[in-house]
Amino acid sequence: MKVLKTKTSMPEQPVKERIKNFDEVALGYTEEQALIEASRCLQCKGAPCIKGCPVNIDIPSFIRLIRERRYDEAIKKIKETNNLPATTGRVCPQENQCEALCTLKKVGEPVAIGRLERFVADLELKEGIEIPKIEKRYDKKVAVIGSGPAGLTVAGDLAKKGINVSIFEAFHEPGGVLIYGIPEFRLPKRIVRAEIEYVKNLGVNIYTNIVVGRTITIDELLKEYNAVFIGTGAGAPQFLNIPGENLVGIYSANEFLTRVNLMKAYRFPEYDTPIKIGKRVGVIGGGNVAMDAARTALRLGAEEVHVLYRRTEEEMPARYEEIIHAKEEGIRFNFLVAPVKFIGDEHGGVIGVELQRMILGEPDSSGRRRPIPVPDSNFFFPLDMIIVAIGTVPNPLISMTTPGLAISKHGTIIIDETTGKTSKERVYAGGDIASGAATVINAMGAGKIAARSIIKHLLEEN
Amino acid sequence: MFEILDKKILAPGVKLIKVKASLISQKALAGQFVVIRVYEKGERIPLTIADKDEKEGSITIVFQEVGKTTKLLGKLERSEYILDVVGPLGKPSEIDKYGVVIGVGGGVGIAALFPILKSLKSYGNYVISIIGGRSKDYVIYRDEIENLVDEAYITTDDGTLGRKGLVTDVLKELLENRKIDRIWAVGPTIMMKVVSEVTRPYNVPTIVSLNPIMVDGTGMCGGCRVTVGGEIKFTCVDGPEFDGHLVDFDELLLRLKTYKEEEMLALKILEESEANRIESSKD
Repeated sequence: MKVLKTKTSMPEQPVKERIKNFDEVALGYTEEQALIEASRCLQCKGAPCIKGCPVNIDIPSFIRLIRERRYDEAIKKIKETNNLPATTGRVCPQENQCEALCTLKKVGEPVAIGRLERFVADLELKEGIEIPKIEKRYDKKVAVIGSGPAGLTVAGDLAKKGINVSIFEAFHEPGGVLIYGIPEFRLPKRIVRAEIEYVKNLGVNIYTNIVVGRTITIDELLKEYNAVFIGTGAGAPQFLNIPGENLVGIYSANEFLTRVNLMKAYRFPEYDTPIKIGKRVGVIGGGNVAMDAARTALRLGAEEVHVLYRRTEEEMPARYEEIIHAKEEGIRFNFLVAPVKFIGDEHGGVIGVELQRMILGEPDSSGRRRPIPVPDSNFFFPLDMIIVAIGTVPNPLISMTTPGLAISKHGTIIIDETTGKTSKERVYAGGDIASGAATVINAMGAGKIAARSIIKHLLEEN
Repeated sequence: MFEILDKKILAPGVKLIKVKASLISQKALAGQFVVIRVYEKGERIPLTIADKDEKEGSITIVFQEVGKTTKLLGKLERSEYILDVVGPLGKPSEIDKYGVVIGVGGGVGIAALFPILKSLKSYGNYVISIIGGRSKDYVIYRDEIENLVDEAYITTDDGTLGRKGLVTDVLKELLENRKIDRIWAVGPTIMMKVVSEVTRPYNVPTIVSLNPIMVDGTGMCGGCRVTVGGEIKFTCVDGPEFDGHLVDFDELLLRLKTYKEEEMLALKILEESEANRIESSKD
């Protein structure tokens, strides 16, 4: 049989329509498309793809089950190791992970593993989620701080083992970055809510409106719980610290996206949270968050959206697919420029940014070529709204209020990466709070490691 | 869901509510605030904690009805519920024995000043209060504060209560004649700006409690950022209290106006829908 060299393409909302709405861009495979794509898998004995998966999904097996049209078994296979498949099927950078190691890459495109994962996950959501039977319940309690990808993974894994889990979430709605950060058009909130419902149905309690470090401390939780897992992410926005950054109309990407996604500002005044939207919007940064912010601004009605990035397209940390989507939608890319200062009018509103041109030098510690400023190359770039998307760092609230918790100079919690253990007895951590800002799936991978070691500690060592 | 245990009207458009929130009441200290969301489509707004009762598990919030959210909050009655209340947020006031301390309060800020004065008093400070409002009816917490402090001054714009004039008139006189060790100013941003300007030449440390626009209140959005001593600070986690001599008040005043148009629109829609409801109930 001849192997199909290219991925089965996934239907998408036409560009002209989707830039005017917040509905999902990628529409998912039909059964027919999924079967064609599944047939491309070579079922390699060594399964190199699994090694690329931070949560070790048995990829060849679930694809084989799709091929045999045993969809409910396929999703069960995925859920053995992944509690949030409809999410990861959408937002994982598969091209750098499982798909990067696919044997088919030698002759063409890899199997679209993510799309297949999404297909069976969506099918299950449509037909009703089956909750696995929990065989034995233990008299052990674990507190999980934060309900993002890391927290939900730990909670799900512990609950499946029969351990009592309570999640504490600072916001009024659980989901962390999946709810406040990633936009509706890339990850519909009904999907996230359904996956959270699944974790709740495993027996996990979720308490919202609890800011650990303020409402309650880790030490207080340790009195009531056998162990604590900290999965509070990297939620604090970084700014450029250049003049004019507090002008009206300059947002952190976190604020912009939180207003739109969590608070539904795109439906103002039906919802009460407002958002300003400029005619000419600039987004500073080159990651996925920058792409999300740019595409969101466009959908809110901006006439022109400019991404300003100090390196070139090649060094952009955003997923390739997101860059393509952004380009299709008319987002304009300005490479090799860095902001020097923001410029405002007499009312304190931003009217533009002074940019300096860059050239690329030698690779830096990140392995990417370092941008070097070009002398006397500054120029004015008019913008009436600016979104700063240059990354996030861990929120210091827990580290400030938890004695005995070792913190790195970057503000991350120091852990043993093989166990998720922190310097503090019975306290574990994982995800962005320990690694610094990374991906959803890496946070989930870290969550799995911590869950394993908590299970070992609570059920085996005692 | 957080139950309203009690409700009082303190002044025209100024209301006090006592809210059941056990965990928050156990932790809340002077100077801290909560973020609330009234209903499903509501926005999150910060409100200072004016008092707490650990035994009852309640906190007291005093607010002025200025926008849609505070108007909706004001409509809630006893035994009704606020959807979300989260806190206590922000750093508590740095209370110590300083000596002679003046607390300056304006408008609804007087309620936020009250727990700070209480705390200062319990540390053995000689506490002087200067509170003011537009007219007699707007000077809230008058009895509570007069019973607490060592010296109390009141000013009103129209002279209907206490002295006619501004809180800063009294403040200037006190600074001129007495040695003052520390000053707290809580009230409208413009008042805190003027107080800071007045105290600057006297070199008296002046603490202000800022009230910028916020979303989460936990340090994740940066919407509440202010420039303090040339550095970006997040009011929600680095504040809300800062050294008034270092705060860029003009920038804060401009940032507070960010959503003026949207705020007016939301209020207009609310008022129209109420008018319609009254109209249709007549039929």
